[in-house]
Amino acid sequence: MKLFRMLGRSIRDAIKSVIRNFSLSLASISCITITLIIVAIAIIASYNVQNFTKEIERDMTIVVFLENNIEQEDIDDVEKELKSIPNVEKYTFQSKQEVKKQMQEESDVFNTVLENWDDEESPLKDTFQVKVRNVEKLSNTAKKIEKVDHVSVVRYGSGMVDKMVKAFNSVEKVTFGIVIALVLVTVFLIINTIKLTISARRREISIMRLVGASNFTIKTPFIIEGMILGIFGSIVPILITTYGYLAFYRHFEGHLYSQLIELIKPEPFIYQISGIVLLIGIIVGMIGSSSAVRKYLKV
Amino acid sequence: MDLIRMKNVEKKYKNGVTAIYDLNLAIEKGSFVFVIGGSGSGKSTLIKMLYREEKPTKGQVIVGGLDVAKLKNKKVYKLRRKLGIVFQDYRLLPKQTVYENVAFALECIGEKKDVIRTKVLKALEDVGLKNKVHNYPDQLSGGEQQRVAIARAIVNDPKLLLCDEPTGNLDPEKSLEIMKVLEDINKMRGTTIIMATHDKEIVNKMKKQVITLKDGHLVKFKQKGTYVE
Repeated sequence: MKLFRMLGRSIRDAIKSVIRNFSLSLASISCITITLIIVAIAIIASYNVQNFTKEIERDMTIVVFLENNIEQEDIDDVEKELKSIPNVEKYTFQSKQEVKKQMQEESDVFNTVLENWDDEESPLKDTFQVKVRNVEKLSNTAKKIEKVDHVSVVRYGSGMVDKMVKAFNSVEKVTFGIVIALVLVTVFLIINTIKLTISARRREISIMRLVGASNFTIKTPFIIEGMILGIFGSIVPILITTYGYLAFYRHFEGHLYSQLIELIKPEPFIYQISGIVLLIGIIVGMIGSSSAVRKYLKV
Repeated sequence: MDLIRMKNVEKKYKNGVTAIYDLNLAIEKGSFVFVIGGSGSGKSTLIKMLYREEKPTKGQVIVGGLDVAKLKNKKVYKLRRKLGIVFQDYRLLPKQTVYENVAFALECIGEKKDVIRTKVLKALEDVGLKNKVHNYPDQLSGGEQQRVAIARAIVNDPKLLLCDEPTGNLDPEKSLEIMKVLEDINKMRGTTIIMATHDKEIVNKMKKQVITLKDGHLVKFKQKGTYVE
C-alpha cells in the first residue's frame, strides 16, 4: 500500500518536474530524439545487412558438372560420394535435358542455339547442385567433390560472392560500433540534462534528506523523470523509422539495386525496431538520471 | 533516561581543523538545552553530528538508541525520522504553500493523505500559523517563515528538535516569539530541544540548561545557566 502511494507520488512529481522545467526537458527530449533517430537507422541498416548476407550465404551453391555421356551407374556412384561428405547439406540432380530445357526457357538466344543440338552432341552436362551446411568451408568442400571420379568440373561462386560477404560482414561490425557509440553519447547527454534539473531541485533534495526520506524515495521521481524523457524522446524516432522504412521498402519494392539484396519485410520488423528504440530510450533515460542523482545522495 | 549520549567524541575535518575535542555529554529526555559559544567554538559541528550531517572521527554518538557514527549513508533516514531540524535560513520550498511545505515532510516518508492533513494542521496550529496555510513563504515575515520551518520539524512528532541558530536572522522581538513557540513545544509535546545560539539575551531570559563550548572544548554544562563569555 505504502509502496504504491510512494510510487504514485513519484510519478506525479516526475510529471510535474518535466512540465515545470519544460525548456530543459524539451532540450533533453530533442537530444534523445536526434540520437535515437540515428541509432534506429543504424539498427535497421545493420539488421538488413545481416539479413541479406545470410540470404546470400544460404543461396550459395556448388555446381558439380559430370563427365560427358556418363552412365546412370556412375551418377549413382557420385551421388553416394556426395552423401558421404559431411558438409553437404543437400543436393539435387539435374540431367542435361533438364538443363537444356531450363536454359531455353530463360532466353530466346539459347533457345534457338540449343534447338540444333541433340543429346549426343550437346555440350551441356549432367549436374548436381550442392548446398553446404557451412559456407566458410565452401571451397574446401568444392575441392573434395572435384576429386570424386566422373566429376569433370566444379563451380562455385568463389571470388565475387566471397568478397561481398566479407565486405558486408565488416560493414555490419562498423554499424554495430556506431550504434554502441551513439547510445553512450546519448547516456552522457541525458546525465547532463538530468543533472541540470536536479541542481535546480538541489534544495528540495537536501530538505528531503533532512526530513527523513530514504534514498529510494528521493531517487525514484528522478528515475521516472528520465524514463519519461526517454519515452517522449523515442516517439518521433519511432514514427520516422516506421513510416520511413515502409516508404523505403515500397519505393524499392523490397529489393535494393538488384534481386540479390533483399530487404527485410516491414512487418513485424518495424514493430520490433520500434520496441527496441523505445527500450533504448527508457533504459538510457533511467541510466542517465540514476547516475546523475547519485552524486546528491552522499552526505 | 538519556536521549543523547556522546562519549570521547572528536571531530577533525578533512582540511585538518579539529572542531571538537574529546567531548562527553549526556542529555536527558524532555530537556531544553542551549549550546553556546563564539564563532568556531564547535556549536554547529556538535548539532551536525547529532543529525549525522557530519560523522565523528572518534568516539560514540548515540541518539535515541541509534549509534550515529556507525550509521550507513543509506540508513541515515532512520535517524532523521526521529528528529526535527530547524536552521537559521528556514530552508523552505519557495514554490510551495505553507501547508505543502509542512506536508512535504510527511509525504517523503509515505504517510497517508488524511493523516498528513490532521498532523499538518495540528503542527501549524501549535506554531500559530493556522490562518496562513495557503500563503507562500515569500508572503510571510521572517519570524513566520521560521515558524513554518518549526512546524515542518515537529509535524512527525520527533523525540528531538535540533535548532541551529533559529533566531539568527530575526530581530529580538521575533526571536522571543520563536522562543515562546519552542518552549511550548518542549512543554506540550515533551520534545527534547537542543538549540545552538549566540544570542545572550535569549539564553539569560529562558533559564535553561546551557552547554558552553570554547575552541572545541566543553567548558561548562550548567542547569539554569546564563551566557558567560
